Amino acid sequence: MKQIHLAAQLPSVQHTVVWSDPSSGSQIAFDSFARLARTAERGKFDFFFLSEGLRLREHKGRVHDLDVAGRPEALTVLSALSAVTTHLGLAATVNSTFNEPYDVARRVATLDHLSGGRAAWNVVTSYDAFTGENFRRGGFLDEADRYTRAAEFLHTARELWDSWRPGDFRADAAAGEFIRAGAGRFTHRGRHFDISGRFSTPPGPQGHPVIIQAGDSPEGREFAAADADVVFSRHSDLASGRAAYRDVKARLAKYGRSPADLKIIPSVSYVLGDTPAEAAERAEEVARAQVGPETALMLMEAAWGRDLSGHDPDGPLPEVDPVPDSVVTKGHNLYRSRGRDETVRHWRRIAEERGLSIRELITEVTARPTFVGTPRQVADAMNEFVQSDAADGFVFSPNVVPGGLDELVDRVVPLLQEMGVHRAEYTGGTLRDHLGLRPARHHHSEETL
Amino acid sequence: MTQLHLAVALDGTGWHPASWREPDARPAGILTARYWADLVTEAERGLLDFVTFEDALGLQTSAFHLPDDRTDHVRGRLDAVLLAAALAPLTRHIGLVPTTNVTHTEPFHLAIGIASLDHASLGRAGWRPQITSRAADAAHFGRRTTPQLTDEDVRDSELIAARLRELFGEAHEVVEVVRRLWDSWEDDAEIRDASTGRYLDRDKVHHIDFVGAHFSVRGPSITPRPPQGQPVVAVLAHAGTPYELAAAGADVVFVTPQSRADAVTRLGAFEQARQRSGRPAGDRIRAFADLVVFLDDEPGRAAGRKRRLDELDGSTFGSDAAVFTGTPGELADLLLEWQAVGLDGFRLRPGTLPHDLTAVTGGLVPELQRRAAFRTAYEADTLRGLLGLPRPANRHARAASAEAGR
Repeated sequence: MKQIHLAAQLPSVQHTVVWSDPSSGSQIAFDSFARLARTAERGKFDFFFLSEGLRLREHKGRVHDLDVAGRPEALTVLSALSAVTTHLGLAATVNSTFNEPYDVARRVATLDHLSGGRAAWNVVTSYDAFTGENFRRGGFLDEADRYTRAAEFLHTARELWDSWRPGDFRADAAAGEFIRAGAGRFTHRGRHFDISGRFSTPPGPQGHPVIIQAGDSPEGREFAAADADVVFSRHSDLASGRAAYRDVKARLAKYGRSPADLKIIPSVSYVLGDTPAEAAERAEEVARAQVGPETALMLMEAAWGRDLSGHDPDGPLPEVDPVPDSVVTKGHNLYRSRGRDETVRHWRRIAEERGLSIRELITEVTARPTFVGTPRQVADAMNEFVQSDAADGFVFSPNVVPGGLDELVDRVVPLLQEMGVHRAEYTGGTLRDHLGLRPARHHHSEETL
Repeated sequence: MTQLHLAVALDGTGWHPASWREPDARPAGILTARYWADLVTEAERGLLDFVTFEDALGLQTSAFHLPDDRTDHVRGRLDAVLLAAALAPLTRHIGLVPTTNVTHTEPFHLAIGIASLDHASLGRAGWRPQITSRAADAAHFGRRTTPQLTDEDVRDSELIAARLRELFGEAHEVVEVVRRLWDSWEDDAEIRDASTGRYLDRDKVHHIDFVGAHFSVRGPSITPRPPQGQPVVAVLAHAGTPYELAAAGADVVFVTPQSRADAVTRLGAFEQARQRSGRPAGDRIRAFADLVVFLDDEPGRAAGRKRRLDELDGSTFGSDAAVFTGTPGELADLLLEWQAVGLDGFRLRPGTLPHDLTAVTGGLVPELQRRAAFRTAYEADTLRGLLGLPRPANRHARAASAEAGR
């Protein structure tokens, strides 16, 4: 039986977090991160994941005030977490658009050293001039170039990690040789980067940290098949999960990779109850708390591109047409993949078919895929998803911080362990070990051996 | 007697280039968390105010302005901000001050990194911004070139500073932007008002709209205001232009006097820069003198040790800071003598690690305590608290309360 890979995400700037829950704590205090990470480690999870934000969202020209907002810098927090965990992988999103390879390669390598081989980097792109306003370099990148830059960025980082060959860091006091001559020397001449010199940080225990990619577009899937070790997907039903899984795994062969080289793990949440009815009731409460009337209207305005403040969130969808090309919400990509017109048509169709109000519709279309049921039902559903090749595992984003993972670890994980589909103890020290990935390829050794 | 403040500057296996060949050195450990945790917990046992971590965006070099091809000195290191963060949960009181480059990095990333270190350490973060003029460092980024210093420039710190005036001007802007981003969230911006569905009071989250000569940044920060409000900014300054950077933007300045008389001269020059800076006279800036130290209890032994290391390395080690060899008692005499001219404290650069660090914590500190010149217990949990620096009011809150008082 396939083993289920488990990851946990501390949910950040978004309305999926139930911050109004009495047990909800700080999204910033280090204690929150430490508690959630330790819980994940207690559940023998593969890794803990933090996403990134480089600009606060704005709605109608003002800072958006309804969602959880504000987060620390991911790599800094993960470095601190490396001191309070021993086996848990530590994954950070780092944008390839508003960073440079030399800096990112040394920071990710640093996390790999500090954690003893537990670092992962989720490579994301941005096309966004809005985010660019926070950077010296501004919004310099055409949307079409974001994947070419990301791919070259990652390749350049790998060249930097490989610029130290095994054994180059010697620290041999008797011989008086600290490094081998030429260690760290690199030259990269490409379309996006033209750099050369000496790389300052020898590679960490994993050689290359684990590379994660998120996104479901054809470009995203191709990038993942070529370059990633893990891909975050987003499929809530078995059929679409299987189709996406087959598609992505089939793309690996042309890059000389096998299906086991890339783990597909959808981002999900969960709600438990002692009975199916209690679980369903709790799930409904969570959804109501996630999408309040103000949030429902705000997201409707974002999609429509116009002010809808006169509308009743518990009433029908606006009859007025959306305004083409008008942007009232910045930093949100809710309807980006489909485009505005298609999104609005799609929403109207669902609402009409099922007689939904604005708030009910928004709740429906923004919900993260969620396992709802008794612990046994959830364990079985997770296992079915993995055994039928709709996924290799899951990244769980709990609804409440920092205690939201407790129930999963205390009530569902033991069942998975009994079923023999999740480890009872860590068997390796590095994240590559947990994920069953091969050691990182080293370009030089391939050339010279 | 005014107590003095003590910091240590950690780098590799110590500041002597042959330090890694000492029998008690752990050169293979410099890329591990354990190595640094041992050093920092030792510094905390000695009740020191803070430790600093050196960094650069290039491999270490023994020439000031150029890379070299040496293989017989410590090479390779970790990112200092992340290293400091990994040490935060392992310590309780000591300040953690990483060095970062400000010439090739994004001020926004620096602001949220240091703010996050302050959150993770519950108020013990500092930041040492540093420029680089090395053409080799610029080639690692490929986006710009910087003036390559000549051997002639390097002989005179005023000459260097003049050549790098433009980069220092840009550094002023980086420090200013980082400070504004730290203030871009007021302390009580997070309101969690379930009755109105509002998580934030958006009137307390501000765009910074910084437009400078070198770049612009819109803000606000993505990271809420850190526990200290403003983490402690420390600048190493050898001459006029860097004095101006420190005078305008720092809470702590590291100076490098070669003697007591030189300390008087340098502090005077710094005071002039401060007066020209237009910074409010009430803003306290702590002045630390940097000293490289080789310490042994037995008289003459430290000097002998340094001589032996010099021979091993094949040249006489000198530094931008004065180099002290002697006993902890002799060092205590010197520190108290120099302190009297207006220094608040010292940043000691151990010649070898761990030897000269444990000589500071186990020898110098007890000696200073006997003379009632150093604390016997930590009296504060934040770095600002240890340094006697107030927590700054948020500039927007200040503006709002001034408005209300009118």
